[in-house]
Amino acid sequence: MMPEFWQQLAISAALIAAIVGTLLGLFSFMTWVERRLLAFMQFRLGPNRAGPLGLFQPIADGIKLFFKEELIPAQANRWAFLGAPVVAMTTALASIAVLPYGPPITLPQVTWLPKWLAWLSGRTIPLQIADLDVGVLYLFAVASLGVYGIVLAGWGANNKYALMGGLRSSAQLFSYELALGLSWVGVILLAGSLRIPDIVASQASGRWGVLPGLLSWNCFVQFPAFVVYLLAATAEVNRIPFDVAEAEAELVAGFHTEYGSMKFALIQMAEYVNMITVSVLATNLFLGGWFAPLSVLQRVLGIDVGLLWFVAKVAGLLFCFIWLRGTLPRVRYDQLMRFGWLVLIPVAVVWILITAAAVVLLGAG
Amino acid sequence: MDAILFYCLAALTLVSAVLVVAQRHPIGSALALIATLSALSGIFGLLGSPFIAVLQLVVYAGAIMVLFLFVLMLVNVRREEERSGTGRRLRWTALGVCALFVAQVGAVLTRLELAPSATPFAAGPRDVARLLFRPEYLYAFEATSVLILAALVGAIALARKEP
Repeated sequence: MMPEFWQQLAISAALIAAIVGTLLGLFSFMTWVERRLLAFMQFRLGPNRAGPLGLFQPIADGIKLFFKEELIPAQANRWAFLGAPVVAMTTALASIAVLPYGPPITLPQVTWLPKWLAWLSGRTIPLQIADLDVGVLYLFAVASLGVYGIVLAGWGANNKYALMGGLRSSAQLFSYELALGLSWVGVILLAGSLRIPDIVASQASGRWGVLPGLLSWNCFVQFPAFVVYLLAATAEVNRIPFDVAEAEAELVAGFHTEYGSMKFALIQMAEYVNMITVSVLATNLFLGGWFAPLSVLQRVLGIDVGLLWFVAKVAGLLFCFIWLRGTLPRVRYDQLMRFGWLVLIPVAVVWILITAAAVVLLGAG
Repeated sequence: MDAILFYCLAALTLVSAVLVVAQRHPIGSALALIATLSALSGIFGLLGSPFIAVLQLVVYAGAIMVLFLFVLMLVNVRREEERSGTGRRLRWTALGVCALFVAQVGAVLTRLELAPSATPFAAGPRDVARLLFRPEYLYAFEATSVLILAALVGAIALARKEP
């Protein structure tokens, strides 16, 4: 029998390997999905040659990026230039640690396991690497550290376009971070906790005894906060229509102008991982996590299918991100800043006041 | 396990803190300061108060230092050049300040009880909020926030160009 500490460690290590592996696999899959979907929206075909339906395209891209020449501009600050993709990737991966990815899984009771693995049978494992009491705040902290990747990349390359892009996007990121953080406050007030599983659980039962399953999700109860979150999150992950950091028409490619080969791939990877993270977070905070829209659909043939619901919600959100990119033009930089400060933040603040008043008058439900 | 982590983080804090003053480039100093603050946050986490640790990251490493870096990059500071001429006097002043600092640290270390307190302070979000919003602290807390707001408005008013 393994002592409890080592059991925990083994489970955590397995979870980290599984979740990070899945996310990185999902990243390469997402590049393919995005290119194909965009192509269909524009009446093209997209990459369809490598492998069935072009599914091996990410592998080909990866191999190409691996074998590209490593270029560092002569005038660049070497440490900042090389460190920036590392910082971007580290913060992107650090933020996935506190997110739950589905309901806790209970392993079946079996007897055929060898003795040193016997503790695994019948054990309940949460699909979450670290269950922090301050999970939401932790995410906020890591997101605010993510700015450094962009700032360093923009400054370290010693290129005026990169610097402009870096400055723009850091200003954008910390403006929209405020709106992002404020949009969570109403949700936290209703759940009475900063733990993400508690927030998910608070959406499970009907609120105030009147709203049925689906309607007690925060995307309905907290509708203005949900809209603010979606807009701020789109800006936070630098996606169209808020990708002024890149703005290829005016800034070449923004903060990553000088990056090539695997360093570029790392930056790209960090952006996709961030996009997946904000979708997973939106699912947890606003879309009822792993709960089915109707409680009868939670179990199919006696099996809890919460994980499938969760994946479906995340996939829907990711599709929306791509859909936005295929639909909207980029906003101008001054429009972006004005919108963030004069519309999103006031709306979020007023909504917090309304929610707080409702919680005081009606109870958290 | 905790002890190993503590010594690693403490070493990281000290090394990066020294780097803050040893750097020639202001941006290097700012980056080292970020490393110091992050390592400190790790120590708070080890002490059993993740809330304080996260606040340290959000406020210092996340918000204040980003602004520092942003301004440093905006004005495009260069490497500081070695100054000549004032070397001797500067050196003596530095030595004096160093001696004062060592004396202070020595005084604190000899007086302080180094044994860790038996009951860790519960510093969850609720505990901190209860403490802050107690009547004896509430007014000081609110007055401080008004003061910061006033300073902010003042800074903007001063920095604004006349139309």
